[in-house]
Amino acid sequence: MQLKPILLFFSYKLVRLALLLVAVAVLTFGLMSLSPIDPVRAYVGADMLQISAAQRELIAERWGLDQPMIVRFWDWFGQIVQGNWGTSMVFNQPVLQVIGQRFLVSLQLLAIAWLLSGLLGLVLGVLAGAFEGTWIDRGIRLYAYTLASSPTFWVALLLLIFFSVSLRLTPICCAAPPGVLAQNVTFWQHLHHLLLPALTLSIIGIASIALHTRQKLIDVLHSDYVLFARAQGESLWGILQHHGLRNILLPALTLQFASLSELFGGSVLVEQVFAYPGLGQATVQAALRSDVPLLVGIVFFSALFVYTGNTLADLSYQVIDPRIRIGGRRAA
Amino acid sequence: MLSVSNLSVTFSQYEQGLRRKQLTVITDLDLEVKAGEVVAVVGASGSGKSLLAHAILGILPENATVGGTMLFQGQPLTPGRCQQLRGKAIALVPQSVGYLDPLMRVGQQVQRVAQLNGLPRSAAQTAVKRTFQRYDLPPQAARCYPFQVSGGMARRVLVSTAVVSQAELVIADEPTPGLHPDVVVETLNHLRELAQEGRGVILITHDIEAALMVADRVAVFYAGTTAEIASAQDFATGNLRHPYTQALWRSLPQNDFIPVPGNQPSPEALPVGCLFSDRCPWMTEACLPERPALRAVRGGLVRCIHADR
Ligand code: SF4
Repeated sequence: MQLKPILLFFSYKLVRLALLLVAVAVLTFGLMSLSPIDPVRAYVGADMLQISAAQRELIAERWGLDQPMIVRFWDWFGQIVQGNWGTSMVFNQPVLQVIGQRFLVSLQLLAIAWLLSGLLGLVLGVLAGAFEGTWIDRGIRLYAYTLASSPTFWVALLLLIFFSVSLRLTPICCAAPPGVLAQNVTFWQHLHHLLLPALTLSIIGIASIALHTRQKLIDVLHSDYVLFARAQGESLWGILQHHGLRNILLPALTLQFASLSELFGGSVLVEQVFAYPGLGQATVQAALRSDVPLLVGIVFFSALFVYTGNTLADLSYQVIDPRIRIGGRRAA
Repeated sequence: MLSVSNLSVTFSQYEQGLRRKQLTVITDLDLEVKAGEVVAVVGASGSGKSLLAHAILGILPENATVGGTMLFQGQPLTPGRCQQLRGKAIALVPQSVGYLDPLMRVGQQVQRVAQLNGLPRSAAQTAVKRTFQRYDLPPQAARCYPFQVSGGMARRVLVSTAVVSQAELVIADEPTPGLHPDVVVETLNHLRELAQEGRGVILITHDIEAALMVADRVAVFYAGTTAEIASAQDFATGNLRHPYTQALWRSLPQNDFIPVPGNQPSPEALPVGCLFSDRCPWMTEACLPERPALRAVRGGLVRCIHADR
């Protein structure tokens, strides 16, 4: 592969990312200024009653709250750029540290859910597409439409009631058994606690991957090149193996990378239902308890995360599809 | 080798809700191909040329019903036999690179055809190399994707797919449109060579000139039926039997260049009698009650009651 177009691609993407983050900053700052949360009150907390109005003025002045909005924005933005994202009030730790720790916990959940949804979605989509119009196809489509239209938290609750409460197969909450020190949690206990949340989260992605794959496979099966393959004596299985998978994998992969945003959004609800201590749950806590610095941090982080997913989706085309990779270069 | 008689192809379609509609696209089609000869099938689009190819290969869509008889080497072509023979004894040379998998290297695709013919991997690779050499394709062409090969190379790759199979009957579907005249000649010569090796070749085309350059016999299709089967010389000597064939011949630029007036009847409204009756200058009352049968006139076959006049 040539280096130059890839470098060009990345510099273009980086510029776009910078613009996106600036836009997010402006928007976030605007919303923050409009919100009813008073920074001084939020900072001082319960001791608010014990300080006088004059003292309050003094704090506000020292923080620059009396300055015009533009000045305040530049001050704030300068700090963000330098990596000072403030301290989370809920966790009493620097915001970046909270996000880092929490995201690592969420990452396992996201990764498992992502792989599961991709694989299951692909298998279901291929089955439905290959047997278009049969009861297999209809069953899979019904399943996909039902999943696509039911709210995540509701599915999460149903699964929790069924597997954890009725069958007692899976733990009811958290990332580890209660009362066990973090370093004593075994790998299996860990996996056991991950299983149901990851499964629930994967359900979000399955439907869209399955339906898209099905449609793409049907298009492929009706294409001229599959007609020619049939004329060469290729069987349905041979066609799937040699032409089907090759041609549906790329769109499926792209969609799968693009679905990272939905996955991230879904993790907020799923982690809340399963009390799984990841970034999603931290988001809910930050929102409920007006932890503005943490919320702002999460906003930036999720913008970055989603953007990365979409960039990977674009990149997968550049790397995998020979029509784009080799481009207009014709062999002699 | 191949003998098709009274072939009909009917599609059943659902239109507006559950009303079923039968659409007969091929009626009473006849064709005969012997080993070592090139038979051109000529007709306007919608005359059923490509469907004939798909019917012989047994790759019509599921909603199609086939009637009449098709014999290949004396045995009827049943769906089961089609499945056994296609790609092996009967091969298709498609229209364009659009019929190649866009994401698979062309060498691999030709190799796949050889492997489907029962060759083990290494033997298939040698077969591909040999075939590419035969058609002057550089070795690196095998590693190209379909979008990378030029029009002329694409034609040679497509012919290669038929040659690596041991096909006795090769059906080339519209192999020449949009090609540079040199490439057209080259492609037609390749087909001629295949016939000289003892294969039967069907050349499906709408281009009479191309057909006459290479074919031994020409079958003219009209609205899903065989209007006439003439030898290639009959065109130059003016020994044409059917008014449609004559009109087609006159419409060529080097002849009178008069287009055939009117249009082919749509399969939804076929005339009861002769399918050409609404455009025919010789039409009489006798042409209307029923379809004329195919009969021998002056050494050819024709479906017209006034052909010997
Ligand atoms: S049968 Fe009659 S209508 Fe048909 S081609 Fe002959 S003369 Fe014309």
